[in-house]
Amino acid sequence: MRSLRDRWRRDRVLLLLALPGVTALLLFHYLPLGGNVIAFQDFQPFLGIWHSPYVGLDNFEPVLTGDPVFLNALVNTLIITLIQVVFVFPLPICLALILNATISERLKRLTQSILYMPHFLSWVIVVALFQQMFGNGGMLNAWLRSADLSTFSIVGVPELFKLMITSQVIWKDTGWSTIIFLAALSRVDPAQMEAAVVDGASAARRLWHVTLPYIRPVIVLLLILRLGDSLSVGFEQIILQQAQVGAGASEVLDTYVYNHGIVGGDWGTAAAVGLIKGIVGVALVLGANRLAHALGEQGVYAK
Amino acid sequence: MGEPSKLGVGARGLVLGLGCLAVLVPFWAVLMTSIASPEEINRAGGFVLWTNEPTLDSYRAVLSGGIVTRALLVSAGITAVGTALSLVSTIALAYALSRPGALLQKPILLMTVFTLLFNPGIIPMYLTVKQLGLLDSYLALILPVLVNAFNVIVMRAFFQGIPGELRESAYIDGAGEMRVLLRIVLPLSKAVVSVIGLFYAVAYWNAFFSAMLYLQSSEKWPLQLVLRTYVVNNTPIGSDQLSSNLENLPPQISVQMAILVISVLPILFIYPFIQKHFAKGLMVGAVKG
Repeated sequence: MRSLRDRWRRDRVLLLLALPGVTALLLFHYLPLGGNVIAFQDFQPFLGIWHSPYVGLDNFEPVLTGDPVFLNALVNTLIITLIQVVFVFPLPICLALILNATISERLKRLTQSILYMPHFLSWVIVVALFQQMFGNGGMLNAWLRSADLSTFSIVGVPELFKLMITSQVIWKDTGWSTIIFLAALSRVDPAQMEAAVVDGASAARRLWHVTLPYIRPVIVLLLILRLGDSLSVGFEQIILQQAQVGAGASEVLDTYVYNHGIVGGDWGTAAAVGLIKGIVGVALVLGANRLAHALGEQGVYAK
Repeated sequence: MGEPSKLGVGARGLVLGLGCLAVLVPFWAVLMTSIASPEEINRAGGFVLWTNEPTLDSYRAVLSGGIVTRALLVSAGITAVGTALSLVSTIALAYALSRPGALLQKPILLMTVFTLLFNPGIIPMYLTVKQLGLLDSYLALILPVLVNAFNVIVMRAFFQGIPGELRESAYIDGAGEMRVLLRIVLPLSKAVVSVIGLFYAVAYWNAFFSAMLYLQSSEKWPLQLVLRTYVVNNTPIGSDQLSSNLENLPPQISVQMAILVISVLPILFIYPFIQKHFAKGLMVGAVKG
């Protein structure tokens, strides 16, 4: 072991290189954590964090007493998470299996290029495109009108809102999400697959016994991350469309925090809800990870 | 692999074909509508899928120096400066974390990875940016997202994949860390640097909520906020906003679609150049990390 002084002399350039990044992380990830104290304050912007009076758990009242507005946001969040885990999560796995079975390399690459693309568009663009396609003045309805068929509204209908945002997520990210499954699929051992064919295994059996074991760790990993993120659902996506459908159908926890805090000036309550959301989120990741370990998977980090 | 059945191949082809159409058709319709003539748009009652009289009037109107032109310059500036700063600090941090056994490496690595686990929340972030005096400044759109821990981890894994002998021999020849980084590591890391660069550039170009949250004056708006106001929210856009001196302003929908095309175009343009690095740059890092 070298002396500390020697190591300092050797590594000071490295520490200097790390400095800008470390500073940014400290300032904008760790320092803001302290701002959560306003969850326990009657925060007044002109008094600031240092001088606003403390009010104990008063700000947590909507959460503790089950205020209907808060409950609506919580229920919407959980419904959207549930819909997305059930309907959105499996799609990239299926698409990756289809792409993987495509024999022509060129065709595969072309399809991938096209399907990855929407991932790089902003939510503003995606929402705008959906409105232009399905809105009342959009392409679908214009086409129906020209064919003398009855038109129908999809955009701006509260009952269809969750369907709408789910389709948007599918359109934007299904292609891109295949990338990690394709990487896992590329490691499937061809000899093993041939042996299964020779032994007369059906396509379904080959999928289950040969292919699946290669992608299972990835599926578990991504499912854990998704569950850990249960309480965050497409904030930018929803805030963009909230005005059209109203808060009843579209308020989720993140928009609740934004609308009550930044827009409404009820800083304390908003911060309290945000704080609870953050703590539950970390607990969910750690819990899901422990579950993965119990099931014999590696999870996000090794045990 | 087993003998593919005709039915299976057909079904797969159909799924992939429909998927590609679902991506391409909206773009096509938007592009065509942005260059169609007013008569064609009137006849079709909105969208057109083909134009015989293409015109660039809507682009002329949008780019004649009004709010869209300004927003375009703002977005380009933020993206260029932000991506450069982010890449430099990410490369530097990833390199500092890539040499085994360096001083303080474990705590710095742990601190970086830990940021992936939690999110400070909207309210505390807003208060921090306000306390630091960054409200209504373009720096508020860059500094909070300067370094993304995931990108650092991916880049570090890539750097660690470079054979250690290359670095060792450079040290023995008397090269310092900076020289090793600039002359040996970076030239071998073009793939990962371009992919991570694309991620940062796309994030800056697409940023919408941070601009809405931190920028107060509408003269400072980047393109995404203009797009939200005039396309998503359908606020009428006229010669005042466009400061256009065209006799007849093109139809509202052409102008909107032209704004949409302009905000997608840069991404479409750099995407093919970077796309070929995806597999190499990203997967090495992600699978190992």
